[in-house]
Amino acid sequence: MISNLIAGISLGSIYAIIALGYTMVYGIAKMLNFAHGDVIMVGGYMCFCATFYLGWPPAMGILLAVIVCTVLGVVIERLAYKPLRRAPALAVLITAIGVSYFLQNAALLLWTANPKTFTSVVGNGSVQIGNLQVTHVTIVTILVCVLIMAVLVWFTNKTKMGTAMRAVSEDKDAAQLMGINVNTTISVTFAIGSGLAAIAGVLMLSAYPMLVPTTGSMPGIKAFTAAVFGGIGSIPGAMLGGILLGVIEIFSRAYISQEVSDAIVFAVLIIVLLVKPAGLLGKQISEKV
Amino acid sequence: MKQTKILSKTRRDSVIAFGIVIIAYAAMQALSMTGNLSNTITGLLVPICAYIVMAVSLNLTVGILGELSLGHAGFMSVGAFTGIVATTFLADAVPSPILRLTVAMILAAVAAAIVGVIVGIPVLRLKGDYLAIVTLAFGEIIKNIINVLYVGMDDRGLHFSIIKQTFTLNEGGDMIINGPIGVSGIDKISNFTAGFILILITLFIVLNLINSRHGRAVMAVRDNRIAADSVGISTTRFKLMAFVISAAFAGMAGTLYAMNYSTITAAKFDFNLSILVLVFVVLGGLGNIWGSIIAAALLTVLPELLRALNFNDYRMLVYAILLIVLMLFNNSGAKEKFLGWLALRKEAKGHKQKKEVA
Repeated sequence: MISNLIAGISLGSIYAIIALGYTMVYGIAKMLNFAHGDVIMVGGYMCFCATFYLGWPPAMGILLAVIVCTVLGVVIERLAYKPLRRAPALAVLITAIGVSYFLQNAALLLWTANPKTFTSVVGNGSVQIGNLQVTHVTIVTILVCVLIMAVLVWFTNKTKMGTAMRAVSEDKDAAQLMGINVNTTISVTFAIGSGLAAIAGVLMLSAYPMLVPTTGSMPGIKAFTAAVFGGIGSIPGAMLGGILLGVIEIFSRAYISQEVSDAIVFAVLIIVLLVKPAGLLGKQISEKV
Repeated sequence: MKQTKILSKTRRDSVIAFGIVIIAYAAMQALSMTGNLSNTITGLLVPICAYIVMAVSLNLTVGILGELSLGHAGFMSVGAFTGIVATTFLADAVPSPILRLTVAMILAAVAAAIVGVIVGIPVLRLKGDYLAIVTLAFGEIIKNIINVLYVGMDDRGLHFSIIKQTFTLNEGGDMIINGPIGVSGIDKISNFTAGFILILITLFIVLNLINSRHGRAVMAVRDNRIAADSVGISTTRFKLMAFVISAAFAGMAGTLYAMNYSTITAAKFDFNLSILVLVFVVLGGLGNIWGSIIAAALLTVLPELLRALNFNDYRMLVYAILLIVLMLFNNSGAKEKFLGWLALRKEAKGHKQKKEVA
């Protein structure tokens, strides 16, 4: 029971980190970045290449993954999304899907479809707490998630850039009039989101070590669900949504059925959205008539 | 005067849609009769028909109703497996394959419509991206449920179960849907002509619906829900109607699609398929029915075309780049700039020629 709970929180922490990226990008650019899941995959491959082919230490691998993904996120935003700032939301969505196809197929060409076995960046050890066996990966994942969450809350509430982000997410034009550089702010958001995706990728692959070009898509969808679950645009919401989703998934896998665990996760999402249409911690905006 | 002009535009769109389909069908038949059709294209004909029906029906939800659906493949899946069970069950009762396919499609449409109502009532209460994510969730749930569904037939009739251990059939019974393994040994009774007729029926109903009182009500709900509500249009009812009709056609497309392969699994109707159909709709133009038809046909053939052009390794990469470039070109103002540049060039050329003449 408790070991399942810990496994759930750990998986949920990974979803939460990915969902944070989703939610920040959504809050500021009002777009569903479907390529976000594939950035996770790119981060995973980067870390894999650095440690496996180049023999770098894991810390350097993580650093490389974060740097590459951050740059990748900014480049994607500049090339594919920026020209569509004023375009209909659906056009941006399809472009994001195009970017997602592109990343997956580029990875397929570079690294082929053969699964790579990822070596955990924190080793395979575990600690004994009472009569409970907890792996290092689990502990590190949960700690990293809490740390990221704390830093992000501080960043958005206390720093100048964070304030600019909140301003842009509320009203782009008004923010611009106040002298905020909207383009830079959006780029920074993408950079942070993609950097987080890289970290999430490395942590996820440390726990579930199979790496293929489509590794990112299902966690991407789940994390997106988590972001909506908690109230999209809200940082604590993404965190709460991610962890709840992870716990529900692990519990339904353990106690109900392996095959329908995804269905249960999505069913819970639907029920939550019907009761609270803006998610658990989302802002309920009343409609202007 | 103006009135007749508006009418003629909707009629023109319908004529274009029917024209494209009929000409394409005739051309394909002519090519295949003279033996000029490659095997790959022949194999793609029925899937293309199914995709066209999917795209047209999704266009009803996304383009006409204006709600983003990311779970259209779920309805296709319901239709596909209903169709399979129906054709197997009716194998003895209805010997004629064409009649059996028709009955199966009607049952598939009914099943998909029922699921459409079940999904639609909660989903349509939500808005925008929340609605989209819930349709995605329903699509995944349907995939998961069918993935653990066991259906068999023996002398006592049909049997359903979602637990493999308790599922037993009498001797001589047939397993129809075998959980995650799916269905094998399907009677391939779909063909190009059946697909062609299904497209015509879909077009007839969808186009007539769009140009009817009901269709205009649906579009009024899309353009301004509150205004529509205030003039006495029951928004929930019309939203649900469009959504359910869209689901029913997806169900028929599912039967057509499934009956073209000898094996099929629930995993085939996943999120990626929903997205693929959405790409057809958006690239073809929201609310533009003949645009959906062309986009569905071209984008299905494109990867095969790239294969033929020796782009084999890079074909999906090229596909992705084309998709991004097309979206950027269409939506970023680049199209207007390009057209303006073309016009300028034409003008400059004209000047030059005039000078030369002088």
